[in-house]
Amino acid sequence: MSTASYGAEAKPRVGFFTDTTVCIGCKACEVACKEWNLIPSGGLEWTGESYDNTSQLDANTWRHVAFIEQPKPLRVDADGADPPDGQPEPLRWLMESDVCKHCTHAGCLDACPTGALFRTEFGTVVVQEDVCNGCGYCVPACPFGVIDRRDLPRSPQDAPLALPLLGTKEDGRVWKCTLCYDRLKGGHEPACAKACPTDSIQFGELDELRERAQKRLAKLEGEGWNGARLYGDDPGDGVGGFGAFFLLLDEPEVYGLPPDPVVPTRHLARLWRTTALAAAGLLAGVALAFAGGAE
Amino acid sequence: MTTASYYGRNIVKQPVWKSEIPLYFWTGGIAGASAVLHGLARLRGNEALAKRALFVGAVADVASPLLLVKDLGRPERFLNMFRMFKVTSPMSVGSWILLASGGASSTAAALELLGILAPVRRAAEIVSFAAGPPLATYTGALVANTSIPVWSEARDQLPWLFGASATATAGAAAAVVTPVQFAGPARRAAVAGAVAEGLVMREMRRRLGFVGEVYDQGAAGRHARIARACTTLGAGLLALAGRRPAPAKTGGLLMLGGGLALRFAVFRAGFQSARDPRYTVVPQKERLRARESG
Repeated sequence: MSTASYGAEAKPRVGFFTDTTVCIGCKACEVACKEWNLIPSGGLEWTGESYDNTSQLDANTWRHVAFIEQPKPLRVDADGADPPDGQPEPLRWLMESDVCKHCTHAGCLDACPTGALFRTEFGTVVVQEDVCNGCGYCVPACPFGVIDRRDLPRSPQDAPLALPLLGTKEDGRVWKCTLCYDRLKGGHEPACAKACPTDSIQFGELDELRERAQKRLAKLEGEGWNGARLYGDDPGDGVGGFGAFFLLLDEPEVYGLPPDPVVPTRHLARLWRTTALAAAGLLAGVALAFAGGAE
Repeated sequence: MTTASYYGRNIVKQPVWKSEIPLYFWTGGIAGASAVLHGLARLRGNEALAKRALFVGAVADVASPLLLVKDLGRPERFLNMFRMFKVTSPMSVGSWILLASGGASSTAAALELLGILAPVRRAAEIVSFAAGPPLATYTGALVANTSIPVWSEARDQLPWLFGASATATAGAAAAVVTPVQFAGPARRAAVAGAVAEGLVMREMRRRLGFVGEVYDQGAAGRHARIARACTTLGAGLLALAGRRPAPAKTGGLLMLGGGLALRFAVFRAGFQSARDPRYTVVPQKERLRARESG
């Protein structure tokens, strides 16, 4: 990740610190994101999965609040033991507002063949919607399953497609959180952070957020919060650290997050070598087929 | 094995690609390996085989970009693939390889048909020959360079698997359309490709461990079984009775079907391994544990 090519236009890297311990599950972030970014409806579906009816991040959901009901105590004593007998059955309700991680080494950006995905002067990762041709390669490239293609059913009043035989769906481009690039340009914080009533979503310069997160974690550990941990704050991880990182209360997979995400590009040099060898192998194999005679 | 998950939902997204993509993996493989078969046949003076491999390759090369454009979310923007050359994106690299290969092989085939401009045709043949092997193998890198567990974890085998299958199918296609007395190298290439494919598949399954079980399940499992049966039977026919026209044609067609089924098996396996969060979580947890224990 580098904003060096921006020269004097480069800005300090910004991001989110999402502290799930103070999330109240109000979904103001989801709504604010939808309203500011004019995101179409993803449909209405009652899942029966606690209070979560959006289920996941996708082309039409750029902030997603996860709800987890767990038979675990919220706090444990210093030895990590459960609360003493005689207390009611432990139950906690975890809530987490998930978002694009704006990775230091972003799989989507590396995979994009058109240059539609780019690194902004703020160090964030954004899709240029006037360039994206909907090839879909970024979708499986993302280790978090964030970026997604928008394929909406066409309605009769939609303008005709340029090549009607080639498609029946509207849009066909990929979408994800822009970290409100337009708001950043205007000196405002992203809509979700602005709307968050408990400051569970904190926006700011990444260095400062990481320090703040460490202090917060130390405080929670001191108070005996069960399972408190930072997720994505380490620049040494498989994606070079997240631009949007989290304070969680359980293993990442409980929230639908990968425990050890690695950007596919990390293996690409070796993969290209394997491909070159396989190409040479193909050539040698066919040449051998001619060694037995030309006819 | 029980693994914590968020209501059993997938972590990585399933690809948005449709059947055009595995179909392209098949046509691109045929095009790439046919160019090699064509070039070597030309060098060795087997004109009957050279011509037919050239035409097979050109047809596959022309079909390939049409399939890819059709699969785009915005097909009218297909030219955006050529805004840049980007080595971090196998899709970008592959677009340029396909542009070179398709342009060269269709030019060479057209000039061959018309019987004109022999020097230009030869230049086009050289370009197509050079672009062939990377065209046949880069698609393995394309799928391996993702976060889909069953693709990503097979990154040491997929380019070999696709290269072997490309050799098998291009040899098979040439064996179908070439008179048997000129098709010896095509048959040998087809059989060698089939054997290599079987060996690489076995190695891939061994390395994948439990993630590879998707190749035994659902649509991927069905396609993998069809691929194995067709390729084995077809290669057997070509090897044992390939000097007679009827078994050569039957064997070649079976192998072409087997190669197509193999691409669909790999394709569907990717969806199945993305859908179940266990395939994402378990290998990553093992990686973390291995790192923590030093």
